Amino acid sequence: MSNITLKNLVKKYGDGFPAVNDVSLDIADGEFMILVGPSGCGKSTLLRMIVGLEDITSGDLLIGDKRVNDLAPRDRNLAMVFQNYALYPHLTVFENIAFPLRLAKGHHDESDIKKKVNAASAMLDLDEHLERKPGNLSGGQRQRVAMGRAIVRDAEAFLFDEPLSNLDAKLRGQMRTEIARMQRRLGITTVYVTHDQTEAMTLGDRVSVLKKGVLQQCAPPRELYEQPVNLFVAGFIGSPPMNFLPARVEGSTLKTPVADVPVSGELAEKIKGKELVIVGIRPETFKDASLGDTQAQGAVRFTAPVDVTEWLGNEQYAYIPFEADPSVKNKLDELDRDLDGEGMRTQLVVNLDARSRIREGDDAELFFDPALMHVFDPESGECLTRDEEEAARIVEESEADRKRALERARQREGKVTGDVPEDAEAS
Amino acid sequence: METNVSNKVRNWLAAASVPIIIWTVIPLLWILATSLKSDAALADSSQNVLGNFWPKDISWDNYKLIFTGGAKDLFLPALWHSIVVCLSATVISVVLATFCAYAIARLTFPGKKLILTTALGVSFFPVIAMVTPIFNLWRSVGLFDTIPGLIIPYLALTVPLSIWILAAFFQQIPWEMEQAAQVDGATSWQAFRKVIVPLAAPGVFTTAIIAFFTAWNDFVFSLNLTSEHARTVPAALAFFTGASQFTQPTGAICAAAVVVTIPVVILVLLFQKRIVSGLTSGAVKG
Ligand SMILES: Nc1ncnc2c1ncn2[C@@H]1O[C@H](COP(=O)(O)OP(=O)(O)OP(=O)(O)O)[C@@H](O)[C@H]1O
Ligand SMILES: [Mg+2]
Repeated sequence: MSNITLKNLVKKYGDGFPAVNDVSLDIADGEFMILVGPSGCGKSTLLRMIVGLEDITSGDLLIGDKRVNDLAPRDRNLAMVFQNYALYPHLTVFENIAFPLRLAKGHHDESDIKKKVNAASAMLDLDEHLERKPGNLSGGQRQRVAMGRAIVRDAEAFLFDEPLSNLDAKLRGQMRTEIARMQRRLGITTVYVTHDQTEAMTLGDRVSVLKKGVLQQCAPPRELYEQPVNLFVAGFIGSPPMNFLPARVEGSTLKTPVADVPVSGELAEKIKGKELVIVGIRPETFKDASLGDTQAQGAVRFTAPVDVTEWLGNEQYAYIPFEADPSVKNKLDELDRDLDGEGMRTQLVVNLDARSRIREGDDAELFFDPALMHVFDPESGECLTRDEEEAARIVEESEADRKRALERARQREGKVTGDVPEDAEAS
Repeated sequence: METNVSNKVRNWLAAASVPIIIWTVIPLLWILATSLKSDAALADSSQNVLGNFWPKDISWDNYKLIFTGGAKDLFLPALWHSIVVCLSATVISVVLATFCAYAIARLTFPGKKLILTTALGVSFFPVIAMVTPIFNLWRSVGLFDTIPGLIIPYLALTVPLSIWILAAFFQQIPWEMEQAAQVDGATSWQAFRKVIVPLAAPGVFTTAIIAFFTAWNDFVFSLNLTSEHARTVPAALAFFTGASQFTQPTGAICAAAVVVTIPVVILVLLFQKRIVSGLTSGAVKG
């Protein structure tokens, strides 16, 4: 178990295209690090550089305190779960899991191997499948065999490349909690590639957001959500995504297509001299005024026509179309392309309480707390409302949470062994 | 619904394959029937049924002739040479081609295209055009009428073929298999031996059988590059003589032909199970 340090890693493929560009990360011992980003942003490439399947063009990679740039994969002692599992089809499940142990010649005798494989299979609920071939297993079972092969040896770290993307939604949820539990229990450094929002937010101690090979922000999920550094991170994290509204700056007022927002203090300083900014408001920041909930000091009220509503039982979405200012439309379109979007988003998504009586065609009366609003520079995309102190506090808090979780897992491990979850391959 | 459709398709395919089976099987059956005819029956159609096809009285004389009778000295050594030469050529070419095809499928190196094109070019080359130069060369280096002198030209036939088949096979094996093995702690050689070779086994067997047939059926090289110490069965058949000067050796030749077909049939039956494709299923997502 080790920390992993990436220093200015660059990967250029044969055609000179930098798939990973100057990425620096410090992954602490026992930390669960997530790599996310839209398709083709270099997540897999970065992971494969760590494990040694891809040469490093420049920069340093340290595992523990040892520089491993030039070591072969087998000398790095990392365990990887591939997106398509890459099980050995000619070997039984037992032999698949035992494979890394058998390769470490002289380290394990037969009874030792048996013990370790059985321990791994018990943990992953694979006991009755040990003599079967991978070809006869379900997707979830194969996934667990792949994990068994990774956990059976004492690797320095686990690397996962979208391990759940081939499973159906229900199984994905089960395996997700299973992975989280296993990681805490083993307390092993983990790097996990995904493009699934939920996996990124729930599993990670910290999440690294990549865009076109460049690291945008590496922070705990809450900081990414509440204090994004730029437009890209703000738009990428969160589902449904953050609403972006063009806003004209007039004195100390931001004129958005739906409402005028007065600003003051530090933010007013920052936007001084700018003509246009982009305002980002999360869907759940909007509230239905007719429900009579208490409004924060200085809440902004406005009325807007609702185009479509979607009622989901526990919550409700309302869509409010608006006209985007042509001068920022380009920027918003570009952002949309970066985020793999399907077209321009000139509608406001509002996440309402399920009690709300607002229906399509109505004029809804809404309010929001401007303190929860994000303001972005349209040129650089930089977030002008980011609160560094608050961000630092979140980091501290999440670091403490992580340590506590690890501690708890260790204690529980001492008391209970083999609390195997329910069979996960249903459906 | 779906099973109905596929049943229908299956019936059609079965019906369509019947004429093809008849077309290919009749000559073989004819050889078998001829080998079972006595000299008298060969000359006299009234001793046969089904329009001169099947003998009324089955006679094993032709088989006796080639195994214990007058043709024994010609046939038995030839059979032995055939087995030795073809097995050696097959083993060598499959081993060479496995390594070569693996490199072609997995590595990028300059000249990769060239190797593949050359391999293809060599197998297009008419055999008869190679025989004369090789004949002259072998006589001067002392390889004429030796077993290695036959194995080497056979390699020229079988190696390119094997490389092509195996390269296609290796390319089908997901590269992740090997990478997974390497991450699990295998050297490149271990990954090759413990993961790739078992996965490629069906391909290797298919290739081996095809290479074996190619060598086993060769006539031109054997006829021209050997005289008696290495002559294989197809060429030896041409030198069969009848029991007397005035009888044709038709029956004996047919009997020998049946005998040399048997190893081929055995090979196919033995390895039939291993040639089934789809061994890699389950390696990756379903
Ligand atoms: N072998 C290669 N040669 C050249 N370019 C490559 C190669 N492999 C990947 N790339 C490029 O590198 C970039 C990053 O690829 P990578 O596979 O890391 O993306 P990713 O973030 O894993 O995407 P996804 O979510 O789709 O898996 C892509 O733009 C891709 O085109
Ligand atoms: Mg990927």
